[in-house]
Amino acid sequence: MALELRVDRIRCDGAGLCAELLPEVVSLDDWGYPIVRAGSVPERLVDHARRAVEACPVLALRLDAARTMAVVPNRRG
Amino acid sequence: MTAASFSPRLLAGPPLRAGAESLPEHLSRHGPLPSATLRREMIPVLEASGLLGRGGAGFPVGRKWRSVAERSRGGAVVLVNGAEGEPGSAKDRALMASRPHLVLDGAEVAAEAVGGDEIVVYVGSAHRAAIASLRRAMAEQAAFAPVPVRLVEAPPGYVSGEETAAVHFIDAGDARPTSSPPRPYERGIRGLPTLVQNAESLAHVALIARRGDEWYRAAGRGAARGTALVTVSGPVERAGVGEIELGTTVGEVLTATGARRGEVRGVLLGGFFGAWADIDTAWDLALDPLALRERGLTFGAGVVSILDATDCGVRATARIMAYMAGESVAQCGPCVFGLRSLADASRRIALCAAERDDLARIERWTEMIRGRGACAHPTGAVGLLASALRAFGDEFALHQRERRCSARARAVEVA
Repeated sequence: MALELRVDRIRCDGAGLCAELLPEVVSLDDWGYPIVRAGSVPERLVDHARRAVEACPVLALRLDAARTMAVVPNRRG
Repeated sequence: MTAASFSPRLLAGPPLRAGAESLPEHLSRHGPLPSATLRREMIPVLEASGLLGRGGAGFPVGRKWRSVAERSRGGAVVLVNGAEGEPGSAKDRALMASRPHLVLDGAEVAAEAVGGDEIVVYVGSAHRAAIASLRRAMAEQAAFAPVPVRLVEAPPGYVSGEETAAVHFIDAGDARPTSSPPRPYERGIRGLPTLVQNAESLAHVALIARRGDEWYRAAGRGAARGTALVTVSGPVERAGVGEIELGTTVGEVLTATGARRGEVRGVLLGGFFGAWADIDTAWDLALDPLALRERGLTFGAGVVSILDATDCGVRATARIMAYMAGESVAQCGPCVFGLRSLADASRRIALCAAERDDLARIERWTEMIRGRGACAHPTGAVGLLASALRAFGDEFALHQRERRCSARARAVEVA
């Protein structure tokens, strides 16, 4: 099953461990917050991704089944 | 603002300044809503109408109702979004203040069509006339409403009207967005699927329920269907809220307000999540949500803000970026720090005091921040900035490289 790494942007406080543990998928922006490469995590990196998820001090990282974007891309109705 | 030669729909009847229309007046002009059976069958009618949401994103109304109806076995809520925190927009408050029964009718049809058991009318707390008008209209309709209706005043702020922020405020008194999924149509107020629909969208529904989808589609120019409210602002004689046939050109709307092409540098279309277009690009553009989207522009919430020829697109953009950074609710790092950095760099460029890399930085940060907030606030703000770089690219470059502002130079010449 294809897995995707997702950041809960509200929880994330920019500790940056994810980018250290998984540089192939996560980089940091100029303010220290993660930029996750689009698409599913390559099979060979899934274990590393799990470790990054566990290492996040604020539990802002999740490894989820790749899901298509929400059907309703609306904002203010 | 009155655009030429067509019959308004939402704004037909007494002038806006006459205030709230009473229930008897409303019924004498429009007649009653159709039977409950027909109201429950509205979703295919709305899909056939092609009505698009008027809160900003332009999502098809019928499809959104269907996605709520499919999940409403255990109940559902209709959230009428009248927060209208967009600084360039005044159309929702004008509509709610003058035609409250159209908005409430639409919400009632929505509740019946999606299986809703409550209606929450969410109105910006600053919109006092709209709140008074809706409260009176709710009292007038109370005996006939199919489900309970309550009004909640939305706190000030650009983000308060964002759909998860609205749900969060109504449930927990906190008008900050929440992480999604789940989106409100999946899990919203009281944990129930929630239809978040802009006030104007629901007013159109009130008329489509009575007259049908073909009637709705009879208005509109070119491929665009229906009518829409717009808010025109700027240094013109007849600024304000009006109704247009979709497909009307920007030039026609501007002319109707008394603007002259030579005195306009550009327009901001859609709102602060929208896009700038220079006047030569904008003048013949049709205000058609789908056509604008194809060009990387947006109809958004119907905002048309005029940038006067004596003003500078870089400075106007810097003002907007400062506002958007200030309106971040400070939850997501890329929004808090990214928008602040962009606002600071934009300001330096606007003041002809750019640091060496400022223009390159804002180009890079714009791409870096896009799509990286829990809500659309940072993405909308960087979209606006990206459009400014396209529309006023030469002016940005002049500010950066030569520390000069052509508008300012012209203003000096005139003086």
